[in-house]
Amino acid sequence: MRRIGIDVGGTNTDAVLIEEGRVRAAVKAPTSLDVTSGILDALRRLSATGVVGAAPVDAVMIGTTHFINAVVQRRWLSKVGAIRIGLPASASLPPFCDWPQDLARVVEGTVEMVEGGHDYDGRIFMPLDRAAMREAARRIRDKGVRSVAISSIFSPLDSSHERETAAIVAEEIPGCAITCSADLGRIGLLERENAALLNAALSDLAGTTVAAFEQAIMDSGLSAPLYITQNDGTVAAASQAMQLPVYSFASGATNSMRGAAYLSGIADAVVVDVGGTTTDVGQIRNGFPREANAIVKVGGVRTLFRMPDLLSFGLGGGSHVSLDPVTVGPLSVGYRLISDGVAFGGRELTASDIGIAAGLLDIGDRTKVGHLGDATCQAVLDHVRSMVEENVDRVKTEAADVTLLAVGGGAFLVPDRLEGVSEVVRVAHGDCANAVGAAIAQVSGEVDQVFRDMGREAAITAAQELAAQRAAAAGADRETLTVIETEDIPIAYLPGNARRIRVRCIGDVSSR
Amino acid sequence: MTSRELSLDDIEALAVGAWILGTGGGGSPYLGLLNMRGLYAKGHRVELMPPEALQDDDWVAAVSNMGAPLVGQERLTDSRTIARAVALMEEHRGVAFRAIMALEIGGGNSIQPLMAAAHLGRPVVDADMMGRAYPEAQMTSVAVGDLRPYPLTTVDCRGLESIVEKVPSWKWMERVSRKICVEYGSIASTCKAPRTGREVKDWAIHGTTTKAIAIGRAVREAQSQHRDPVEAILSVEPGKVLFRGKVVDVDRRTTEGFLRGKAAIAGIDHDRGAKLVLDFQNEWIVAWRDGEPIATSPDLICVLDSVAGEAVGTETIRYGQRVTVIALRPPAVFTSAKGLLHVGPRAFGYDIEYRPVFA
Repeated sequence: MRRIGIDVGGTNTDAVLIEEGRVRAAVKAPTSLDVTSGILDALRRLSATGVVGAAPVDAVMIGTTHFINAVVQRRWLSKVGAIRIGLPASASLPPFCDWPQDLARVVEGTVEMVEGGHDYDGRIFMPLDRAAMREAARRIRDKGVRSVAISSIFSPLDSSHERETAAIVAEEIPGCAITCSADLGRIGLLERENAALLNAALSDLAGTTVAAFEQAIMDSGLSAPLYITQNDGTVAAASQAMQLPVYSFASGATNSMRGAAYLSGIADAVVVDVGGTTTDVGQIRNGFPREANAIVKVGGVRTLFRMPDLLSFGLGGGSHVSLDPVTVGPLSVGYRLISDGVAFGGRELTASDIGIAAGLLDIGDRTKVGHLGDATCQAVLDHVRSMVEENVDRVKTEAADVTLLAVGGGAFLVPDRLEGVSEVVRVAHGDCANAVGAAIAQVSGEVDQVFRDMGREAAITAAQELAAQRAAAAGADRETLTVIETEDIPIAYLPGNARRIRVRCIGDVSSR
Repeated sequence: MTSRELSLDDIEALAVGAWILGTGGGGSPYLGLLNMRGLYAKGHRVELMPPEALQDDDWVAAVSNMGAPLVGQERLTDSRTIARAVALMEEHRGVAFRAIMALEIGGGNSIQPLMAAAHLGRPVVDADMMGRAYPEAQMTSVAVGDLRPYPLTTVDCRGLESIVEKVPSWKWMERVSRKICVEYGSIASTCKAPRTGREVKDWAIHGTTTKAIAIGRAVREAQSQHRDPVEAILSVEPGKVLFRGKVVDVDRRTTEGFLRGKAAIAGIDHDRGAKLVLDFQNEWIVAWRDGEPIATSPDLICVLDSVAGEAVGTETIRYGQRVTVIALRPPAVFTSAKGLLHVGPRAFGYDIEYRPVFA
């Protein structure tokens, strides 16, 4: 198995070639404004190492912050038609009601609300008003809106009204991009709907971006299928990933955590990824990041969907340091470290300068930071230690000591001994853990729906088969699939022995 | 004291302060606040009137939303439903309400009377019947006063409307209205037994909307000026810091429709080495310091995020949070012998005496 993993960060685009589970080559290129030329640059640098062309590459996996940046920067977004199923409830709080105005102005195409939806126990809240829905779809079409987000009351428990609506919209607006909130979210109508609206707003960008990525792969002379990495540490085939771009929002941090676990062989730990400006802290369990169980704001919009539970704070290799009193960050010189840092002849005292003076980091000109005495360095490093200790503790879910994996270009800032930490582990290639995490990602398939008129065993079997089909459709090798999560909840009020079943399976990317 | 028009800024502050007075429960006021932003944008305004301005024979509507928080996250609260519960009561009783008031100032129910008031063009009385949040119908000042518990209207946005005409006690009202609510889909907008102006003056807990606004404003100003929000709260509301620390354990379970459990906090600063355990039943009920009860209902036990100063709820408290636990003074009506029967530690199954924090 030979795979290329690419992680497009704010500063650098990292690329690695993994062969039979080992890192054969790792390179960095500056991230470009258009993202794609940076990827092409990284692929060319990787080819230049001479190891890529030796044998065919099975897959290229790309993790990108492009989609979340589009939301944060309000760029390249499509107008969205929002369809909310659930009248007569919730009418005073229509779709977009809690969005920042500047973003709503860009994204809000039109809003339609129609009768329908379900109750918490699976009963129908209101019958779906199909005639009204068809008229709503026609109004959206007449306004020229070509991306639609559909939400319905309690659709995570029963998505049938959203599915029927999607079919009506597809009939009335041929070629329309459709997002159903049930494919994204959890209980919490406003937050789930917000995730669906953001997803729909990214539909055009997702299409053009994936096409550009595929072009970059071709231009670099490779012929390998493209996969996009997801928030949960898995990948999806490009064609499928472009349907749900919000699922790649936090893939950079996820990839670092997965890569750290892989490189260290440790599956349960807290991962501290120190970059140039910020540090991400998260927890891995069985090699996967723990999911956030709370509202996550994206570009000012409250959302609730599958995202890793992460804590970010302003510490990085480029963080500004002042000495009296000692402060570190949150401002950073970022990529200008190699011109503005003191050790590089600049005037900004950074965390890296302290690391160089203290002998923790071997870059730049150590004589330029010779004036920083041991006591000064120690005071700054003590401050950094308490920042890391506090944030690691906030991420933990219980009091016991944890193993800590330190990765990223600024990992030298993490001391070897920390309160609440049993051991600090550093790994080879830790500075490109993110690209490694992309390269080793597997494919998952998930089912979360209500099954009726069958026994528990039969229903679970049916759910597992459906999850396996979805994983295969996303590019998994069926032979390698294993079920990693099964949960079933009986629904008391419904006839026919109804139960909600959630199954997730995971497998290797199929080789061609 | 005279009436005054509430600004949207007052309502933003009310949402923060009411969440703190929720003493861990009462549900988030967020969706109610969104409704009020929408209503204010459309030109609606709400007036806040002091209880003393009521005539003895005025009628006052007491409102609240009842049901499961989970359902409220899907069927988003719509200001017109609570307004309809009030109008239904007027139709049923053949009276016109002079004003509307909150059953419960703690949590999301603090905003319900404002929503009804905006639609119906009536003022909101600066008072409620709990001074905080409590889980059951008999845990109110009017129940302590043995005022009449009926009738009650319940409304569902689909046009389902029911009236509980007569019950012999507040506990029966709790049982019967809960059944209706479950049948609606576990959420209902309700107008409680109408109160006369005299009853509101004698038995309601006065000034609680103003109190919640003052607390919320103190927190918001402290946040924007990077000052200590806990200190800011205590500068506007008499209270006491019980403990500062870090959450080290949370044990949560749902039994008989209530969220019950314990949260353990390890002390920092002055409290280093000590441990505080908080028992909860929807709300914080008893605080145990190293095994000794140091605060119980009806004293208000509020858990605050030590940095942001905002309330930390029993549903959301989690390991690692830095929290400050404060106690606020309880309404006098609950510290009487009769009051303690309704909301003292024994009402929640604890065989301990109420020892006031503010003796």
